[in-house]
Amino acid sequence: MSSETATDTHTRPAGGRRSLHRFANPGRFQRLADAVIPWTGALTVVCLAAGLVMALWLSPADYQQGESVRIMYVHVPAAWLSLFVYTTIAVASAVALVWRHPLADLAARAASPVGAAFTFLALVTGSLWGKPMWGTWWVWDARLTSVLVLFFLYLGHMAIANAFEDTGRGRRAAAILALVGFVNVPIIKFSVDWWNTLHQPASVSRVGTPAIDASMLWPLLVMALGFTLFFVTLLLVRMKSDLMGARLRNLRLMQVQRGEGG
Amino acid sequence: MAGVWEFLHMGGYAAYVWPAYGLTALVMLALLVASVRGLRVRRRELARLEGARGGRRARREMDAEEVDTTA
Repeated sequence: MSSETATDTHTRPAGGRRSLHRFANPGRFQRLADAVIPWTGALTVVCLAAGLVMALWLSPADYQQGESVRIMYVHVPAAWLSLFVYTTIAVASAVALVWRHPLADLAARAASPVGAAFTFLALVTGSLWGKPMWGTWWVWDARLTSVLVLFFLYLGHMAIANAFEDTGRGRRAAAILALVGFVNVPIIKFSVDWWNTLHQPASVSRVGTPAIDASMLWPLLVMALGFTLFFVTLLLVRMKSDLMGARLRNLRLMQVQRGEGG
Repeated sequence: MAGVWEFLHMGGYAAYVWPAYGLTALVMLALLVASVRGLRVRRRELARLEGARGGRRARREMDAEEVDTTA
């Protein structure tokens, strides 16, 4: 591949660093993304379609909650993804800060709006579930409050990362915010165990036997897989797009410089 | 027909179940449309700019160049 020789002739630090920076080559990343996106995209459609049929038709009504339990199949995957996406951002930010991997920065920035959207969905669908079951749209319970904080962390991350788009200064600040904000993730996870809250504790991840029947667990897992694949697909599309954006800015800058020089 | 009505009725929870599903679909669709549209706009613009510089050379540079996301 001509790209490989081209990369090697460029100055690259030797050793382990090089392997980590392998995917920093935008051409290689683009090819990888182009190869992966059709598969994850197709699988997303299959999982979400199957998940919807299972969630809305095949799964039974709950003996206590009736048909309102079907909200669980969008609420819980959205909530899981809100944590998963944030964890992705925190890991990417750490990689960006420590190894200065350029794609890690890109990934963190591209994931942030997606995570904010899932957190928003978790909050709103939770509210729509809470009204008929708890009799209230909202309580300042530990779980709900910590997820609201997560939503604001996402908004802050997006605001800082995009505030200095052309200088890269905001990237570092955004990465630090993402890492500091990560303390909130275990707080959310264990809030239902640490505090006596209105929100019920986890039913799925209970060690050994999940406290949820298989007829409800399967639709939930299929939907969660669909949501995760949706995120992966979207992340790759957005990273591709951001790479093109960076290249566009470089090209325009070169044009301007050439225009002024000649 | 009665089955359809019963399904839509959601055992009396229609006002909560359908907005939850509808909003989820709407938000996910909006994310997808915005992301794909952004990609298309940039790809078109890039093709236009690189076409003006000679596409072959530009493409080879893109492979070789360490991307500068801070630029």
